[in-house]
Amino acid sequence: MEVEGLRVRLPTPRGFATVVDGIDYDVEPAQVFGVAGESGSGKTMSMLALLGLLPAGAIVEGRAAFGGQDLLRLKGNDLRAVSGRDIGMVFQDPMTSLHPMLTIGQQLTEHMRRHLGLSRRAADDRAAELLDQVRIPGPRSALHAYPHQFSGGMRQRIAIAIALACGPRLLIADEPTTALDVTVQAGILRLLDRLRRERDLSVVLITHDLAVMSSIADRISIFYAGQVVESGRRDELLRHPRHPYTRALLDALPHPEAARDTPLVAIKGAPPSPQQIPDGCRYHPRCPYAIEICTTDDPPLVPVGGRRLACHVDPFRHE
Amino acid sequence: MSTLAFRMRARRRGGRTRPAWRQPLAVAGGVIAVAWLLVAIFAPFIAPYDPLAQTFVAAQSPSSAHLFGTDELGRDVLSRVIYGARVSVPIALLLVSLAALIGGLVGALAGYFRGIVDGLSMRVVDLFFAFPAIILAMVVAAVLGRGLRNAALAIVVVAWPAYARVVRGLVLSVGDTEYVESARLLGASARRTLFRDVLPNVAGPVFVLATLDLASAILLLAGLSFLGLGAQPPQAEWGSVVADGAQYFQWWWIGTFPGLAIFTAVLAFNFLGDSLRDFFDPQTSWGGDER
Amino acid sequence: MAALVLLAVGITLVVFVLTQLVPSNAVATNLGEQASADPAAVAAFKAHYGLDKPLPVRYWLYLQHLVQGDLGQSSLTHDAVTHDLGQFIPATAELALYSVVIAAFFGITFGVIAAMRRNRPTDHVLRVVSLGGISMPTFWIALVALYLGFFKLGWFPGADRLDPGVLPPPHKTGLYTIDALLAGQWALFGQALHHLVLPALVLAAFNVSLLTRYTRSAVLEVVGNDYVRAARAKGLPERVVVRRYILRAALPAVITVLGLVFANVLTGAVLVEKIFSWPGIGQYAYQAAVNLDVPAIAGVSLFVAVVYITVNFIVDILYGVIDPRIRVR
Repeated sequence: MEVEGLRVRLPTPRGFATVVDGIDYDVEPAQVFGVAGESGSGKTMSMLALLGLLPAGAIVEGRAAFGGQDLLRLKGNDLRAVSGRDIGMVFQDPMTSLHPMLTIGQQLTEHMRRHLGLSRRAADDRAAELLDQVRIPGPRSALHAYPHQFSGGMRQRIAIAIALACGPRLLIADEPTTALDVTVQAGILRLLDRLRRERDLSVVLITHDLAVMSSIADRISIFYAGQVVESGRRDELLRHPRHPYTRALLDALPHPEAARDTPLVAIKGAPPSPQQIPDGCRYHPRCPYAIEICTTDDPPLVPVGGRRLACHVDPFRHE
Repeated sequence: MSTLAFRMRARRRGGRTRPAWRQPLAVAGGVIAVAWLLVAIFAPFIAPYDPLAQTFVAAQSPSSAHLFGTDELGRDVLSRVIYGARVSVPIALLLVSLAALIGGLVGALAGYFRGIVDGLSMRVVDLFFAFPAIILAMVVAAVLGRGLRNAALAIVVVAWPAYARVVRGLVLSVGDTEYVESARLLGASARRTLFRDVLPNVAGPVFVLATLDLASAILLLAGLSFLGLGAQPPQAEWGSVVADGAQYFQWWWIGTFPGLAIFTAVLAFNFLGDSLRDFFDPQTSWGGDER
Repeated sequence: MAALVLLAVGITLVVFVLTQLVPSNAVATNLGEQASADPAAVAAFKAHYGLDKPLPVRYWLYLQHLVQGDLGQSSLTHDAVTHDLGQFIPATAELALYSVVIAAFFGITFGVIAAMRRNRPTDHVLRVVSLGGISMPTFWIALVALYLGFFKLGWFPGADRLDPGVLPPPHKTGLYTIDALLAGQWALFGQALHHLVLPALVLAAFNVSLLTRYTRSAVLEVVGNDYVRAARAKGLPERVVVRRYILRAALPAVITVLGLVFANVLTGAVLVEKIFSWPGIGQYAYQAAVNLDVPAIAGVSLFVAVVYITVNFIVDILYGVIDPRIRVR
């Protein structure tokens, strides 16, 4: 998938707020593409825009090329066919992303039968197989069970199975592990990685947790205030971050081997609200390296040594 | 907390408070409610004639002399409607306050002390809920005898359980919060915790319930009077005038205008109560922006 | 289950206490003048009801009679209260049935529409209209309806369940419309329906508004949930999303309101039946209350309370059916 110039504006009582402001990225086949950023950075909105799930009245610009079509130009049944069949989405909270009153089987098979035209029997078989692949024990009987009978981790696995039911080429996972215990997190991430390899699946992994990102992402994009500020290969990016924001995010991660009383580093300030975007570089109010030009000119995202970077200063380029 | 305390005081004054943001419905409701209150207070100065005087030509349709016409006994309907406000609105206010007080107390005690007190009082509340309002009210009115005072009492009997339930639920949920626990641990007496920490949180929803209950109280009072169990003739109460109108319904003005009076008064309190509820629970509100 | 039994017993107690409180001369009102003069009859009456025994004994006697299905004799009609109830209940039941169906259909539909078009003009209009609907006194609406529909326009009959002098259909359920259908008497069916229109609509008015409001909140609570978004992401058409995801999740709340609606119908019936001269439980209750007909009051109260509890019980069961999380065991 290639996304170009994506811009999303949401209606508010005081006019439109631009929550996603011109982002570009490419997702390669069988690759895990990580999207990192704080809440409010526009990462979820940019994904919702692709699937047509934005609230009423939202305005979307740009292009999203997927399987020879522009997702942003599709409407109605065409969009539903693609979003249901070729793209799967996993939401953050498995407690609320499954309908409490429908059986797992129903939730697994309803879109399967609609998009793939399978019979009830065939759909059930396929569903049981999927549950097996996501390591749900007793898949056949699980089909008749309800979501509340499963633990959080298992529910998320079920959600992943639902997303993969129609054999999509792209899976979008929005904070899939955030609502889960750390121990369960690892299991989900391993699952995603395995599925990617087995099915030649592309995964867009949205998270604010760089630690999660570091374990399975191939390429990472860092979002801030509706823009991409840095993007590149995982190893390079995480070992040698060049954007001050990326650097700050990494510094903020508690280090397991740090000394007892090492203070937790937080990034000063907070991300700007979409109605109050600072002039120039959006990060400059919180950036310790900001210079004159940062307050007036918005730095473009340019390729720099194997990655893309949007910074006037580039303070870590020599590392 | 200070705004909630302000609201509590205002309620005891018998008036209504202003919600934090402007909402046309609340404003409309407030205006109408105040208007009726004023009519009730200044009735002797506003009404053109004595509501009990049967001195005019009977059954006249509305005219410039009698804006709402006259009834079958020659009384001016407009005056009767105006004086009717004196009965319905203040009595409704009184009995809702009483019901809220009694119910609130029972509920608070139940929620605070739990155990047997809770179980027992909730069984009693369930008992009361098992009877629809009007049946219970009718029976109580029958037992106590006809008359406005007894009808009012009957309504209090019907209304208090709702407050008990609501307050109990709130006290239970607030009592579970940690800050009440910590206050208790710090040695605050039971009464102090109840008043300082629990009460302000309870006040809001109770207030919403009370405002909406006012609307139901006026309706029920009028209903009982309509049936002849409330205000007795010749007293001018909205419900009983409508009852007259029902008997002589070819003279449509006798029943229509008091009915309209009831409608507008009840509507005012429903508007107010609805807007208040929005204030406390914006998720399902009818105004404001959505996320 | 135990709670229900306790409640039932509690109700009998309350009803019994009420009957003891009503100031009346039971002997005189029940037996009539002549019989009161006959000491044997008076003695028999007293013995049957234990009037000369202490309170707890009387309560026990009352319970005994109850279990045998004896609710006493109405001092007004001089028939067994159970007989009276059997006569008047079907009329109210029929009225309630149509009224609730109408209210449910329109109320729920409007509520869903208002929720789906939140904050748009349709929503605001519905809000004001529904607030108006719950503000109108039922007896007033009834009067206006009677005046316009019957008096002025003459479109609808003004009283009773059938035209004067017309015989009701053969008794199967007591509901004239159903009985007429069962007997194949189409004209009679039409007539019964014709008589039902005004009172049923009036009774429904309040509840349509109530249902609109509560359905709206219920749907709004559901619509924000992730599973709705997930359903849309799966590419399910909007129709399916609304029906299977949104409505079903909102159903428990709506059912709660339907219980409330039922209560309102009973309450409203008292007023509506009076105005439309509908021979139902409402009228019976009113006459009993006004004339201090103790056994009748007791009987009606008991009946109403029992119906109430049954409805609540059914609602609880329905919860379990619809929402698998609530099913115990």
